[in-house]
Amino acid sequence: MSAAKNMNISLQIWRQKNSKEKGKMETYKLNDVSTASSFLEMLDQLNEQLVNERKEPIAFDHDCREGICGMCSLYINGRAHGPDTGITTCQLHMRMFNDGDTIVIEPWRSAAFPVIKDLIVDRTSFDRIQQAGGFVSVNTSGNTIDANATPINKQDADKAFEAAACIGCGACVATCKNGSAMLFVGAKVSQYALLPQGRIEATDRVLNMVRQMDEEGFGNCTNTGACEVECPKGISLENIARMNREYLSASLK
Amino acid sequence: MAKSTLLKSSIAKKVAMALSGIFLISFLALHFFINMVSVFSADAFNEMSHFMGYNPLIQFVMQPILVAGVVFHFIMGFVLELKNKSARPIAYVKFDGGANSTWASRNMIISGLVVLAFLGLHFYDFWVHEMVYKYVEGNAIEETRYYGELVAKFESPVRTGLYSVAFILLALHLWHGFTSSLQSIGFDNKIGKSLHTICYSFAVIVPAGFVFIAIFHHLINN
Amino acid sequence: MKLDSKIPEGHISQKWTDYKDHLKLVAPNNRPKIDIIVVGTGLAGASAAASFAEMGYNVKAFCYQDSPRRAHSIAAQGGINAAKNYQNDGDSTFRLFYDTIKGGDYRAREANVHRLAEVSGNIIDQCVAQGVPFARDYGGMLDNRSFGGTQVQRTFYAAGQTGQQLLLGAYSSLSRQIGLGKIDMYNRHEMLELVKVDGKARGIIARNLITGELERHSAHAVIIATGGYGNVYFLSTNAMGSNVTAGWKIHKQGALFANPCYVQIHPTCIPVHGTNQSKLTLMSESLRNSGRIWVPKKKEDSEAIRAGKLKPVQIAEEDRDYYLERKYPAFGNLVPRDVASRAGKEVCDEGRGIEANDTNEGVYLDFATEIQSKGKQTAYAKGNHNPSQEEILTLGKKWLEEKYGNLFTMYQKITDENPYETPMKIYPAVHYTMGGVWVDYNLQSTIPGCFVAGEANFSDHGANRLGASALMQGLADGYFVLPYTVSNYLADDIRTGKISTDLPEFVAAENSVKEQINKFLSNNGSKTVDHFHKRLGHIMWNKVGMGRNEKGLTEAIAEIATLKEEFYKDVYVPGSSDELNPELEKALRVADFIELGQLMAMDALQRKESCGGHFREEYQDSEGETLRDDENFSFVGAWENKGYDVTKSELHKEELKYEFIKIAARNYK
Repeated sequence: MSAAKNMNISLQIWRQKNSKEKGKMETYKLNDVSTASSFLEMLDQLNEQLVNERKEPIAFDHDCREGICGMCSLYINGRAHGPDTGITTCQLHMRMFNDGDTIVIEPWRSAAFPVIKDLIVDRTSFDRIQQAGGFVSVNTSGNTIDANATPINKQDADKAFEAAACIGCGACVATCKNGSAMLFVGAKVSQYALLPQGRIEATDRVLNMVRQMDEEGFGNCTNTGACEVECPKGISLENIARMNREYLSASLK
Repeated sequence: MAKSTLLKSSIAKKVAMALSGIFLISFLALHFFINMVSVFSADAFNEMSHFMGYNPLIQFVMQPILVAGVVFHFIMGFVLELKNKSARPIAYVKFDGGANSTWASRNMIISGLVVLAFLGLHFYDFWVHEMVYKYVEGNAIEETRYYGELVAKFESPVRTGLYSVAFILLALHLWHGFTSSLQSIGFDNKIGKSLHTICYSFAVIVPAGFVFIAIFHHLINN
Repeated sequence: MKLDSKIPEGHISQKWTDYKDHLKLVAPNNRPKIDIIVVGTGLAGASAAASFAEMGYNVKAFCYQDSPRRAHSIAAQGGINAAKNYQNDGDSTFRLFYDTIKGGDYRAREANVHRLAEVSGNIIDQCVAQGVPFARDYGGMLDNRSFGGTQVQRTFYAAGQTGQQLLLGAYSSLSRQIGLGKIDMYNRHEMLELVKVDGKARGIIARNLITGELERHSAHAVIIATGGYGNVYFLSTNAMGSNVTAGWKIHKQGALFANPCYVQIHPTCIPVHGTNQSKLTLMSESLRNSGRIWVPKKKEDSEAIRAGKLKPVQIAEEDRDYYLERKYPAFGNLVPRDVASRAGKEVCDEGRGIEANDTNEGVYLDFATEIQSKGKQTAYAKGNHNPSQEEILTLGKKWLEEKYGNLFTMYQKITDENPYETPMKIYPAVHYTMGGVWVDYNLQSTIPGCFVAGEANFSDHGANRLGASALMQGLADGYFVLPYTVSNYLADDIRTGKISTDLPEFVAAENSVKEQINKFLSNNGSKTVDHFHKRLGHIMWNKVGMGRNEKGLTEAIAEIATLKEEFYKDVYVPGSSDELNPELEKALRVADFIELGQLMAMDALQRKESCGGHFREEYQDSEGETLRDDENFSFVGAWENKGYDVTKSELHKEELKYEFIKIAARNYK
């Protein structure tokens, strides 16, 4: 590990008071940022500075700070979750930047993710897609069959898990030039489509989830593959293809 | 599910785009084959062209389907582009698309429009000319005129150059479009994936071949 | 106040079954007349809300995150325990029960823990039915791994993301009910007060975190499932927003707070890097299945490593101290968390820590041995009976990658070191809080109608929680306990009718919240909220952390009192109340953490023994192990709040009776 160093940076950040008012980019200077700090710790440092100067701190979403809750977002220097792959913004570290850099920070941009304040956007459209069919209709009584009664081959189980690893952060939408949510929806559809438990409702599920996705105003996938590259959990494009297949066969039923 | 909802859905549009694309690719392959023949044998080329020009099945069934395919692919492409633009009403100040996707995949509308413009010219050159020759002027059947007409088109270096540029854009369009159409129809199993090499080869070889034919006639026969 | 745990009579294995069979029910036609509020949407909250909605009650669920899917249960990595005995290694309900009681250092309630063990198997069945993709073997059967404090393989897992998968399972059930209109979901809402009417919990005051509006919500019962209070230490593995506010508000309204001093310090976290650090990252306990923990035997070697003059791989085998294997041969690297953490602190206190930070605190977690053995094993399995060293390394690393790939990547992203090549550096960090709101067997607090589930209650883990048991408890409470016990309570409410939010109690509660908010916003002090939170964390970690003593605890109580005064006098909170204001949110939370911190120190001070995660330096045996005092301290310490001054809180004792387990010294040697 290279020893931690301190650096001075310049930041251009989107400021927007609330969902109704217009926003604009503002520039800030921040000194003595440790290369060992995470990106969000750098923002904490900036906020501490702003509050001490009696200025309004920057609102941004974050929670677990270990790359799993999916709450952090941020479009950093033209890329979702910043200039690294396979991570969320909270896992991005300042060693990825250099002394004197200017860093541009914007919120996710999508008609289906309206800005709430500064860098915070509303991603409840994802929740509504899940509510439209992202479940197995089984009551939580515990009186189901024994967990090992239905063997599931390892390959399918592993693939279902890889799809289920989605953290719902929205980077796929943010990075897609079309603002499409098909990686998110494809992953959810795939997880259930690959498991026997999910097959029973597969037809309704894919039709309902895609309908809700379209209603939310997401764009259409043109297979650029950007989402797969920027997805913190490396969700594969295969899941979109699988959703397409599922959708076609469901439509023809 | 009702047909109307099906056609409105994002995935259905995408599949329609893919299928029309694959159809146009198959036409392109045929066209390429016939043109390539012109490099080797003027007679064979004339014979094939004549068949294509006067066979009623080709003329009255296949040709309208082709035109419809082109128009559909074009309109659908536009509809999708507009829909996709509206999905992001506020653009990013900084957008580094090159970090995660190819230029070709992000700019299908540009490569598509260039190809479309070229098609306009191409229709004017050949199809309008054919119609005038056959139906307006009512000329008699002349089975050996095609090769000469082809060669004449490549006389001008400017025209040959524009022709080549259009095909480079077509190559970019195909580079993304061919594999993308397989993905869209959900054909991504082992066979689908092994087809990717063929797709990419097709995207390079066919347009390169068209350019070669153009330059060949420009240099050798003019 | 007399504490009644309401533990049913009968043999331990029959208690829950018999009790359940005699609970009162609410008929399906009456359930839509009844409202239930669930605060928190982690494993316990989401599973409870989904279950109530399925039963037919009207549910309102609240979370401070932007989606219920983000609750911090999602961060649990390693797995979930269940006594399925799929691996045929002699597991049973009784063994899981026994291990949990023993792991908790004989400070948990027998009846609660047995119930937990009983329903553990149902949890796995339920989750699989919901489509949770647990790891499977090549025969298509569920796979298991070992966890600390057990000698069987009973931990079900989904790579290093088990908590995520289980939470998404519960979230899918929750989503289904939201979609059906049975649950009203309030995202980005924070509960700031409990409303009591005639002594019963009848609603909450919640703040809409986007608009800042204070909302009144009424219900016939209120479920608090808001997780643990580890963030009282500022640095912990908890999410940034994790807080004790809901639990603390009900405590101030009369619910007792039990065993606040029981905090779990997790042995395997990434060490602290600097002063701007905001949180600590856990490396799953499952890594202890494959990694060996060590520090150099010689202080000079540790110093050289810290100075960057030596690399860990240069330390010869005989100069390494695999201290857990040395001290605890029977369990080795898989001793329970509290034991492993303390041992790590001990070697660092001796000056043998290897991390070059302010405190030199860090030890190695080394995978070299596992790479060798698994590499060889894989080569053999592939028919290669004479693998070269290089092949062994490649295959061994590949094996590790399959098993722990995401954890290794995460480690590398954070530290910039490659754990396949050089040992991981780890150190204990605050992770889980066993203490919480006191509840009876029904999970009801001392306020009628106010139930507490999951990490927020105190009930199942005694003084130390075993790995992979938190997920088990959260889901057990939500899916399989609350639906029965809350219905029993609500059976008397079928004629109550809708509770009006215009009642004076609601008005008063809202006004008190408003007053507190305005006080912060008009305070115009000179220091940020984080300034105070960091100072609180500092006091807590140094004096109410891994090693505690009378002097330190007494000092802590006084220091926190001073801090509290200074906080109210000098905190600066920018912005206004009618907007999204993260600084205000933090101020409201830190205010409660400060009071809780003081209570934790008091609880630690009164408990003159060492047990589980609570280590009083005065009470240890000759080998430095915890020394319990069963005669005098076999009780749950439940505190009753007496107003602003926390030091006036009154201790109530619930005696712990062990009828079915022979209480013994905890021995992992």
